[in-house]
Amino acid sequence: MSSLSTNEIPASRWSRIWNSKMGHSFRGNPVAVVSLAIFLVIAFGAIFAPLIAPFDPYDPGQIDIMNSEYPPIWIEGADPQFLFGTDDQGRDLWSTILYGTRLSLMIGLCAVALQAVLGISIGLLAGYIGGRLDSLLMRLADIQLSFSTLMVAIIFLAVTQAMFGSETFNQYAIYFLIAVIGVAEWPQYARTVRATVLAEKKKEYVDSARVLGFGPMRIMVRHILPNSLSPIFVISTVQVANAIISEASLSFLGLGMPPSQPSLGSLISSGFDYIFSGSWWITAIPGVVLVVLVLVINLLGDWMRDVLNPKLYKG
Amino acid sequence: MLAYLVKRVFQAIAVMFAISLIGFAIQDNLGDPLRALVGVSVSEEVRDQLRDELGLNDGFVTQYLRFLGNALHGDLGTSYFFKEPALDVILKKMPATLELVLGATLIIVGLSVPLGVYTAIKPKSILSGIIMGLSIVGISIPVFLTAILMIFVFAVNLGWFPSYGRGEVVHVFGSWDTNFASFDGLMHVLLPSVALASIMLPLFVRLIRAEMMEVLQSEYVKFAKAKGLRPMRIYFVHALKNTLLPVITVGGVQIGTMVAYTILTETVFQWPGMGFMFLEAVNRVDTPLIVAYLIVVGFIFVVTNTIVDLIYGLVNPTVNLARMGA
Amino acid sequence: MSLLSVRDLTVKFAMRDQTVTALNQISFDVRRGERLGIVGESGAGKSITGFALMNLLSQPGYIDSGHVMFGGEDIVRFSDAQMRRIRGNRMAMIFQDPMVTLNPVLTIGQQMVETLRAHRKLSRAEAEQISILKLREVYIPSPEERLEQYPHELSGGMRQRIVIAIALLLDPELIIADEPTTALDVTIQADIMDLLLELCQSNKVGLILITHDLGVVSQMTERTLVMYAGRIIEAGPTRQIINDPQHPYTQGLINALPQQTLPGHRLKQIPGNMPSPAALPAGCPFHPRCDFAVDICRRVRPEIMRFAEVEIACHEVSRLHGIPYKEESA
Repeated sequence: MSSLSTNEIPASRWSRIWNSKMGHSFRGNPVAVVSLAIFLVIAFGAIFAPLIAPFDPYDPGQIDIMNSEYPPIWIEGADPQFLFGTDDQGRDLWSTILYGTRLSLMIGLCAVALQAVLGISIGLLAGYIGGRLDSLLMRLADIQLSFSTLMVAIIFLAVTQAMFGSETFNQYAIYFLIAVIGVAEWPQYARTVRATVLAEKKKEYVDSARVLGFGPMRIMVRHILPNSLSPIFVISTVQVANAIISEASLSFLGLGMPPSQPSLGSLISSGFDYIFSGSWWITAIPGVVLVVLVLVINLLGDWMRDVLNPKLYKG
Repeated sequence: MLAYLVKRVFQAIAVMFAISLIGFAIQDNLGDPLRALVGVSVSEEVRDQLRDELGLNDGFVTQYLRFLGNALHGDLGTSYFFKEPALDVILKKMPATLELVLGATLIIVGLSVPLGVYTAIKPKSILSGIIMGLSIVGISIPVFLTAILMIFVFAVNLGWFPSYGRGEVVHVFGSWDTNFASFDGLMHVLLPSVALASIMLPLFVRLIRAEMMEVLQSEYVKFAKAKGLRPMRIYFVHALKNTLLPVITVGGVQIGTMVAYTILTETVFQWPGMGFMFLEAVNRVDTPLIVAYLIVVGFIFVVTNTIVDLIYGLVNPTVNLARMGA
Repeated sequence: MSLLSVRDLTVKFAMRDQTVTALNQISFDVRRGERLGIVGESGAGKSITGFALMNLLSQPGYIDSGHVMFGGEDIVRFSDAQMRRIRGNRMAMIFQDPMVTLNPVLTIGQQMVETLRAHRKLSRAEAEQISILKLREVYIPSPEERLEQYPHELSGGMRQRIVIAIALLLDPELIIADEPTTALDVTIQADIMDLLLELCQSNKVGLILITHDLGVVSQMTERTLVMYAGRIIEAGPTRQIINDPQHPYTQGLINALPQQTLPGHRLKQIPGNMPSPAALPAGCPFHPRCDFAVDICRRVRPEIMRFAEVEIACHEVSRLHGIPYKEESA
C-alpha cells in the first residue's frame, strides 16, 4: 500500500508541474527549453565527472609533463587520447574541465544555499519582529550591499591566504570560497523576504493564525515563507550565476581554487600565460564552458522572472 | 536637509571606524614590523627592547588608538617592499586606476542611456531583441574572460591594440599622469576600459530598460500623451527623469563594484594601477600595503555611496530630506 | 452638427491566446457644449471609450473598426502627428487619480508651460502668464507660487484642480473626464464637480463625464449612456433615464442607489457580477442577472432600438413597445 502511494505521488506531481502555467510557458519557450537541456547536460557531466572523465586530473601518477600543450584533436599535432588537448602540466583538458565544472557548480550552489539560509532567516526575523531590530538589520544590509561582494571576497581571501600560507589556504580554499560568497550576499534574500513578510503580515490570515494561538515560528514557516517562494526562486537563479562568476574571478586572481585542483576560473588563469605562445585552447575551452553555464542559468532566470513576475525588492 | 546630511555623514564615519578596526586586526595578526626593520639576524633581547620602544607590547586598545591616530594623519605604515609610506605608494598608483574607471564610466554612461531607452520604447523591434540578447550574454561573461578575449583577438591576432601597460602618458600634476592626452595613451586605455565596462554596461541597459518600461506605463506618462506632447519630450523629459532616480542609487553601488573589477582588468592588462599593486602586495605579504589598500578602497566606497545618497536626495523632489533625517 | 460623432466604434485587446472585444460597435453623439455622462460598473468599457476617443489605448488594445468624427474629420484615420495636434488642444482629458496624474519630478509650472508650448508658439513668460490665469480660474490661491511647486507639495483636491486647469489651458472643445473625483476625499468631491460644471458652462466646453455614480450624472449632464459589457444598452436624456429607466439593468442601478432604499432596509444590489469581456454569455450579456429574461434573451443578442427620445437594447422593452422578437439578429 505504502509503496504504491510513494510511486504515485511523484508521478502526479510531475504531471501537475507539466500542466501548470509554468509548464505551458516553458514548453512554448524554445530558449528556456534549450537552456534547461544544456544546463542538465553540464550538470550531468559535473555530477558524473569521475565516471565520464578518461583521466583523474588529481592523480599525479596519471599526469606526464611530456604530454603538455597538446592541441585539441581537430588540430594538427594532436594526440588522439586527449579530446580537448592538454594543459601546461600535461593534464587531459577534457577531464580537468569536467572536474573543474563540478567544483565551480558545487561552490556556486553551496554559496547560494548559504546566502539563502542566512538571508531568509534574517529577512523573516526583521520583517516579523520589526521595530529597532528591523531597522538595524536593514541598515546593515544597506551597508553590506554598498560594498561590492567581489571586493569583500578579494580582501578576505587575500588576508586569509597571507595569514595561513598558501599550502593551508589551498587545502581549505573551497570552504573559504563558499563562506565568503555565501556571507557577502545575504541582503539580497533578506530584503525580498522582509518585504514579503511585511506585505503578508497585514493580511488577515496571519492575524487569525495568531489568534488561533500558533507560534511565530509556525506562522512564518507555514504561512509567510510559501508566499515568498517565487521571488526567492528568481533571485536564486541570478545568484547562482553570479556566484559562479565570482568564484571564477577569485580563482583567476589566484585567491580561489589552486592549480592542482582547478575550478574553471583557475584553469582559465593557468592557460592565460600560454595564449601568447599559441596554446589558446587551455583558456578558451574552459572559458566557453564557463560562459555557457552562466548564460543558460541567466536565461532560465530571465524566463522565470517573466513567468512568475514576482515583486522584487527595489532599492 | 542638514539633519539628513549629518546622519549620513555620521553613518559614513561609523563604517570607516569599522573598516579601520578590521585593518588594524589584519595588521596585528599579519604584520611583523620587526622583520621589516631589522630582519631576522638580531638577538631576542634586542627584539624585545625594540618591541617595547615601538609599543608592540601595549594593550590592543592602546595599539589600535595609536594606529587610528596615525591613520588620521595619513600614516598607514611603511610598505615592506617599496620601503615607502604605504599611502604614498597607493596614491601614486591611484590615477592609473581612476583613469580606467573613468574610461569605463564614459562608455557605460554614453551607451547605456540610449540603448536602455531605445529597447524600452521599441521592445518588439529586431534591434531591441539583438541588444537584449547581447546584454544577457554580456552579463554572463566574467570581466577577466572578456579582457582575455579582447587581448587574444585585438592584440594577439589582429595586432590593432597594445596588450599591456599604459603606454605613453602625459604628466598633469602631482603623481597624476594621464592616458587621455596622447594617441598611444588612448590606444592603451581603450581595451581595458571596454573590458571593465563589459559587465556593467549590460547591467545598466537592462536596469534602465526595466525602469523605463515601468515608467512608460504610469498615469503621468499617459497624461503627458493626452496633453499632446511630442514623443521625444515624453521619453526624455517625463520618463527618463523618473527612470534615472533608481538608476542613480544602483549606479553608486556599481562604482564601488567597478573598483573591484579593476583588480581583474589590471591583472590581465598588467595595468600599473592600485589593483595590480594590491595583488602583488598579497603575493609579497606586504601587510602595510594590504591594510592601506583596504582602508583607501573602503574610503572610496563610503565616500561614493554617501555622495550618491545625497545626490539622490537632491535630485528627487519627493524625498523629504528633513524627514529622512529624523 | 455634432461636435463629436462616434459610429460603430469597436475596440479589441489582442491577448496571448485570444482577441477580446472590449468595446462592441458603440455609437453616440456629443453636440457643442453638451455634457454627456457615461455610466456603468467597472469593466463595462467606460474608460476604454474615453481613451479610444483620444486614440490613446495602451497595448494590447486597439481600435478595430468604426469612426470617431470630431469637428467633421474622422480622427481614427489620423496620423500620430495629426492626433497630437488635437490632444490637449481641442480635446483634453482629466484622469481619475490626481496623485499619479502629474509627473512627480517636474514642477507644476513646467507641466503647464510644456502643454501650451506644445501647441502654440509662445515664450516661456507668456505661457506662464496664461498658466497663472487658468490656475486662478480653478480657484487656486497664489498661483504664481504654485508654478514653482512640485505635485507632492499639494493636496489631492488641489492637484485635481491643477489637472483641470491643464485640461482647460488651450480652451478645448471637448473634455473627457474619467471618474475625476473617485480618488478624492468625499468632502471635496462635490467641490470639484461644481467647478467642472461651472467651467464647462461658462466656457461652452463639451464634456464626457465617465462615472459609476448615477447621482453625479444626474447633476452634471444633459444626456446619459449606460454601458454594460462593452456595449451601450440605454441612451437618452439624463432626466428621462434617471426618472424612467427602461432597461432592467438601468432600473437595477437606480434601485441600488441609497436614496431609493428606505432607512433600515438593505440596498437593493443587482445579483451576480458583470461577465468578463473574454467570456460573454450567448444572447443578451445581461440575461444571467436579469429578472425578466426569457428564452430569446439567452439566444439572441438584442439590437439597440430607438423609442422616442431614448435608445434601448432589450428584447423585453421592444416587446412592450409592440415590436416582435427579431430572431435573425445575432
